[in-house]
Amino acid sequence: MTEASTQPVLEISHLSVALPSSGDRRHAVIDLSLTIQPGEIVCVVGESGSGKSVTAQAIMGLLPKGQLVAERGTIALQGEDVLKASPDRLREWRGTRMAMIFQEPMTALNPVLTVGDQIAEMLAIHTDLTAAEQRARVLEMMQAVHLPDVERMIDCYPHQLSGGQRQRIMIAQALILDPALLIADEPTTALDVTTQAQILKLIKEMQERRGTGVLFITHDFGVVADIADRVVVMQHGNLVESGTRDEVLLAPKRPYTQMLIASVPSLVPPHREPVSGPVALQTINLGKTYQGTGGFLDKERVVKAADQVNLILRRGETLGVVGESGSGKSTVARCIARLIDPSEGQILLDGLDIAHLPEKTLRPHRRHVQVIFQDPFRSLNPRRTVGQSIIEGPMNFGLSENEALSRARDLMGLVGLSPDALSRFPHQFSGGQRQRISIARALAMQPHVLIADEAVSALDVSVQAQVLALLDDVRKRFDLALLFITHDLRVAAQICDRIMVMQKGKVVEEGATRTLFANPQHTYTKALFDAAPGHDFTKR
Amino acid sequence: MWLFILRRVASTVPVMLIVAVVIFAMLRLTPGDPAVVIAGDQATAEQIARIRASLGLDLPIHEQFVTWIVHILQGDLGTSIFTNMPVSTLIGQRLEPTMMLTLTTVIFSVSVAVPLGVWAAWRAGTWTDRLIMMFSVLGFSFPVFVLGYLLIYQFGLTLKWLPTQGYKSPFTDPLGFASTIVMPTITLGMIYIALVTRITRASVLEVLGEDYIRTARAKGQVERKVLFRHALKNAAVPIATIIGIGIALLIGGAVVTETVFNIPGLGRLVVDAILRRDYPIIQGLILVFSFTYIIINMLIDIAYTMLDPRIRY
Repeated sequence: MTEASTQPVLEISHLSVALPSSGDRRHAVIDLSLTIQPGEIVCVVGESGSGKSVTAQAIMGLLPKGQLVAERGTIALQGEDVLKASPDRLREWRGTRMAMIFQEPMTALNPVLTVGDQIAEMLAIHTDLTAAEQRARVLEMMQAVHLPDVERMIDCYPHQLSGGQRQRIMIAQALILDPALLIADEPTTALDVTTQAQILKLIKEMQERRGTGVLFITHDFGVVADIADRVVVMQHGNLVESGTRDEVLLAPKRPYTQMLIASVPSLVPPHREPVSGPVALQTINLGKTYQGTGGFLDKERVVKAADQVNLILRRGETLGVVGESGSGKSTVARCIARLIDPSEGQILLDGLDIAHLPEKTLRPHRRHVQVIFQDPFRSLNPRRTVGQSIIEGPMNFGLSENEALSRARDLMGLVGLSPDALSRFPHQFSGGQRQRISIARALAMQPHVLIADEAVSALDVSVQAQVLALLDDVRKRFDLALLFITHDLRVAAQICDRIMVMQKGKVVEEGATRTLFANPQHTYTKALFDAAPGHDFTKR
Repeated sequence: MWLFILRRVASTVPVMLIVAVVIFAMLRLTPGDPAVVIAGDQATAEQIARIRASLGLDLPIHEQFVTWIVHILQGDLGTSIFTNMPVSTLIGQRLEPTMMLTLTTVIFSVSVAVPLGVWAAWRAGTWTDRLIMMFSVLGFSFPVFVLGYLLIYQFGLTLKWLPTQGYKSPFTDPLGFASTIVMPTITLGMIYIALVTRITRASVLEVLGEDYIRTARAKGQVERKVLFRHALKNAAVPIATIIGIGIALLIGGAVVTETVFNIPGLGRLVVDAILRRDYPIIQGLILVFSFTYIIINMLIDIAYTMLDPRIRY
């Protein structure tokens, strides 16, 4: 890219994309200019609504018809303007000159076609290869992205593969025709941290070998630190700041960038005094076994989702349960809340074993354990007002409507919302506000134990910091025992007194946060720390 | 896969048995003695006893059931009270026209309705979509017999292109079959087209919002293949379901259609048997319809696993 004759892979100049007139702002992208050279990885960073995904869609010519219109500017792909290309020409370029990988590899692959067919489709669309030649090329490409046992896997369906394998399939599909530009839209957000590290490495490897220019969209500064050559920061459709990775990450000039970087939780835990309150929750050899209901002629499958889990949680303490998907951390949380029935062991809530209580005797104890779920867009009933959602629980436990409402009003103030929010519906709030509502809903029950199941994972980092602060505040104020389930080590480092690491249903390591982060013992814990994106960068 | 099909086929046996028990019980548990009903108002005690013996009603109930099942397995569904002909023969004679009519209707309707539904979904919100949906509402609300007579009037009487009535077997007279089956097929198919178009539109529309459709477009795939290769196959499960359920509707519609076009099918046999209270025929017909329905359901279940690899039982 030092040669003067080298043409940029992508050159966007003064691009503006208009939103439909009903929207709250006029443009999704305003006057954006950026350039990507061959072999360069440019990260576009921003929170939701920053216009980063719309930019990607505009480049691919995939803006939703009639909703978003590229009003002004040019998008030059190897010198030719995408915005002026005919639909046929554009179709020809997709796959050959530019290709895209998406956030969620499960939904981005067609569930009813084999992965081999889907990769081969690229060849079928753009080349004249015979079926046998296509298959050979697909196998070759699958090997190049380090998929195992490709001869067998080529005929598998997406659901038979793991998340990481599916994303490798997406990458193989995107790169099989050697496009000059690869657009990666949050390609690792839905993946576990160890898988994420592998996929980032793979993208880098493929890109270096082929000299592909990469537009990498992400909200995660850890990922940026690991992969970017240059960084572009966007907010509300505007370009806020751009520069090399070190310029932007180490010496951000604009307040917004500084705020974003400051919001990224550090991997170094602060000092915390051990908590010595009374024990609120204890599990003894808690286990949950799932048995596949094999009909006749079928073998039974047994999965131990949680196995011999022992934990102690005191009032005023935050215990983090960390692990990747399938580690059993959510299973444990759901057993404790008795949303599912544990197969064995005891759950002592304020000294009483609730593990196997029948629903009728359990009911009075339910209010003591409350859960905040991951996705605030789905955990609130869209057809009920916020007030109705909050007062329902307390009223079930004997409060009059007026008492419940007055409590709800107090709680609204506590979580930083105005009391008139009670008469509105969930869709009128942002993600962060909805999570505040979920917290208020849980607190309305005056619980002893609060379970936060990936409660901040779906939020933007600036909002995440605020919600974490709120959670910590209510823990202190109400002397709550907080069970904090997360896959994010950075978040765990900042909020938890103690950490429990789970793998495949078992607790592999446990200890005070600071000790555990300073000196992890188990190989799996070590692997988790190594995989955490940008760990070099934030330790600096 | 084969194991699944085998299991699915095997699992129809208990269902069929339960159906058989219900049908058997229906006749035995209806108030009054069927023999009295069959014999009529002016029958003597002797006649009633004879009928009872001929129907095997004097035996204990479990023995009756066993004999009945054994007879069914041998293909013996009893004897018509009025024509004195074996029910199996009567049904056998009438089976072909109804089956042919159902078959042509299903083929015709599906091949019209599915592309129409896909097209409407692709053009959702435009005039094309509204027009197709309007046509579909019309198809629902237009009575079968009105449409039938309108077609007869236009193409049979005015233009004289097609015969107005009757049925010819495709095995002996293919041309005659083709000319007689066209109008009944359209008549019977109308409501079915309306139904399948709507479901196809709704389910394709949902699929078109999925991520993998965006992926397919990002690959540079042409719209036609995006729709039919990527969208339709994913939308196929609800469509297959409604096609299956629709076949039950067709059996009801066939009664009217066969009357309008004077086709000697099962529909007509049903009407005649009910009017004459010919119990053995009614019983036989219910049995045939139920078993057909069970088999169709089984075929749909098997189709699911072929349409969607994630479905395994």
